[in-house]
Amino acid sequence: MSSIDTARERSGQVRFWNDPVKRGLALQAGLIAFLLLVVWAAWSNMMANMSARGLVFGWDYLSRPASFAIGESLISFATTDSYGRALVVGLLNTIRIAVVGIILTTILGIALGVMRLSSNPLLARLVSGYVEVVRNTPLLLQLFLWYAIINSLPGPRQAVHFGPGMYLSNRGMKVPWIEWSPTLWPVIAALAAGLVGILALRRRLIRKRFETGDAPPLWPFALGLLLVPPFIALAVQGFPTTFSVPELQGFNFTGGIELSPEFAALLTGLVLYTAAFVAEIVRGGIQSVYKGQWEAARALGLSSGQLMRLVILPQALRVIIPPMTSQFLNLTKNSSLAVAIGYPDLVHISNTTMNQTGRAVEAILVFASIYLTMSLLTSAAMNWYNAKVAIRER
Amino acid sequence: MNAPLPNVMAGPLAGARRISFVRGETLPQSPPPDDVRLSVTKRVVRTYFGTPGNAAITLACVLILAWLLPPLLNWAFLKATWTGNANACREAGGACWAFIREKFWFSVFGLYPFELRWRPATVLVIFAALVAVSAQRRFWSIKLVYAWVGTLVLMLALMGGSVLGVPVPGLAPVPTRLWGGWLVTIFLAVFGMALAYPIGIVLALGRRSERPIVRFVCVCWIEFIRGVPLISLLFIATFIVPLFMPTGVELDRLVRAQIAFVMFAAAYMAEVFRGGLQAIPKGQYEGADSIGLNYGQKMRLIVLPQALKITIPAQVNTFIGLFKDTTLVLIIGIFDFFTTLRSSLGDANWLGFATEAYVYAASVYFVCCYAMSKYSQRLEASLNEGQRR
Repeated sequence: MSSIDTARERSGQVRFWNDPVKRGLALQAGLIAFLLLVVWAAWSNMMANMSARGLVFGWDYLSRPASFAIGESLISFATTDSYGRALVVGLLNTIRIAVVGIILTTILGIALGVMRLSSNPLLARLVSGYVEVVRNTPLLLQLFLWYAIINSLPGPRQAVHFGPGMYLSNRGMKVPWIEWSPTLWPVIAALAAGLVGILALRRRLIRKRFETGDAPPLWPFALGLLLVPPFIALAVQGFPTTFSVPELQGFNFTGGIELSPEFAALLTGLVLYTAAFVAEIVRGGIQSVYKGQWEAARALGLSSGQLMRLVILPQALRVIIPPMTSQFLNLTKNSSLAVAIGYPDLVHISNTTMNQTGRAVEAILVFASIYLTMSLLTSAAMNWYNAKVAIRER
Repeated sequence: MNAPLPNVMAGPLAGARRISFVRGETLPQSPPPDDVRLSVTKRVVRTYFGTPGNAAITLACVLILAWLLPPLLNWAFLKATWTGNANACREAGGACWAFIREKFWFSVFGLYPFELRWRPATVLVIFAALVAVSAQRRFWSIKLVYAWVGTLVLMLALMGGSVLGVPVPGLAPVPTRLWGGWLVTIFLAVFGMALAYPIGIVLALGRRSERPIVRFVCVCWIEFIRGVPLISLLFIATFIVPLFMPTGVELDRLVRAQIAFVMFAAAYMAEVFRGGLQAIPKGQYEGADSIGLNYGQKMRLIVLPQALKITIPAQVNTFIGLFKDTTLVLIIGIFDFFTTLRSSLGDANWLGFATEAYVYAASVYFVCCYAMSKYSQRLEASLNEGQRR
């Protein structure tokens, strides 16, 4: 640096555009001003445009009666109920498809991922073919295909009977379901007590293994604790009939629980699509564990079950869980494609609402913020998990 | 290997105390590995029926294939109808590929005026040629970027007869509501990616900026777009963006959908680029600082060339995702390839051939996406060649 520069600097004569601090402040002030201008212009244009069309921004429409019917709902809904309640119905339907979908995707995805690593080339090739086909075609197309397939099934009278009380027809799927009654409360309590017992026993067995180097396996006790208390609770009450089994009456089924064709198509499509991605994640996670870890575990004489449970999975899960969560989030976001095949999810209900009331801005704002909240909560949980399982480097 | 090993016991140690962990005699030779020893048949039998569990797996796979493949082949080839009308198809009972033949050009061009179809056809040819050139690494240079910009403008001019509202002499204007088919899909995906690229770089740099407000704005932008489903962005583009415009100004519907795709792709690309920026060793940043480069020079000359290169496979994957997601415009009623094809399902002469249409569409998407993903895997391997140890 020349002496002139330093002299200038000392005397505070640096031009402000050459001063990094001032330049940064100016840049940021400019950015804020620009954004405010854009927002203000958009907002005032929107107000002008809306009043020109006779619309007012507001949330009053939520309490007005929605005069449309909803095909399936977890809570009671009549056409005289409000738009707000319709929105809750949509949200519950979204949660329902997401929860069921995530559970099934996890099971199927892990199974496929492990099968892809099978030493049997036929199985590995079959699974890899499935994964490639599913991952490289659009989800929307797959949803339409499943919807078309379900609609081409025979009617209820010729329904496919694939298990006790389980029917598949073009009206969807019918399965038996537990009928709710107060006699179920003791059963639930017994189940919870069993779970607490399993946790306590597990701690004891681990402590015993530390002390003596040996302990009986947990699973026979766990199975017993899980099944026996609810069974006793049922037996004491004299086995009240609590199952509702679907039966064909006239042209349709009564009893049981119904999975509508839309729900079934959406669920099948989402699960098969997301499971292909999960399978790849699981495969990558297992392969990421060093070969030496496998060999060391075998050299110690661990059985193949112990090898997986004690050595490979704890290390693989660290790699698997973060991308897996983002796949679950994708599944939830992709469930918004329900609008294309007519399953009444959050977006579908919002779409109907804005078609009827013209409140596009409000309706989109509501469902976008619900999805955003879910995403942000999930990524916060993920950050917490990552920090927890990160390898502690010293 | 039959030469006798020097025997320790015969040497100076002979007669000394025997060491319990040192072997005193040569081991018998191990048999050669199975690959060499066993005949092909035996190896196959071992691979597929080595253990009872393995045999059961093989059997189950064969059963599944035997259950799935014959009806599928029967439907798709043996009983299929390749020419003729819908009645011929219904009589044969198999797949009706005649329907796809009938609708093929419609699925390429959509409702584009028949006598002007040479224009989208030229666009397709130019586009295919450029893709073929770009796929080869020896053509990668700044000239290729200019070629892409020029081609995109040319594509716009040929398709619409005007570029950004300026009419091109000699070409009749064709409004975007008459565009359709493959062309719209290609436009949405390629323009979406091309415009998202620079925006993504700016967002990624902004997210790693030292200026808190710049960083905050970029983080909010990226997280909002990644946190909501693409459908919300398409809805915003369709229903809310027109309200933001001054009275009397109207944006074309396709342009609005395109904006949604650009925003969407830019947020995802920004995260890809951020990964690349984070992967560049700190020494590169410090080295650039120490030779006196300013921020712009440092990024342009040192950091970005490396960050963009190492993220190329991830960029291709993002593009594959974007390409598949273009099908979502069906929901807002824009006629891309899939929507165009679906609209031909309503043809009264050809009712009931939805499955054929879906299979055709699925194979087109599959061929494109699979080729891209294989290409990105090959590229990843060849880009890593210099780094391999």
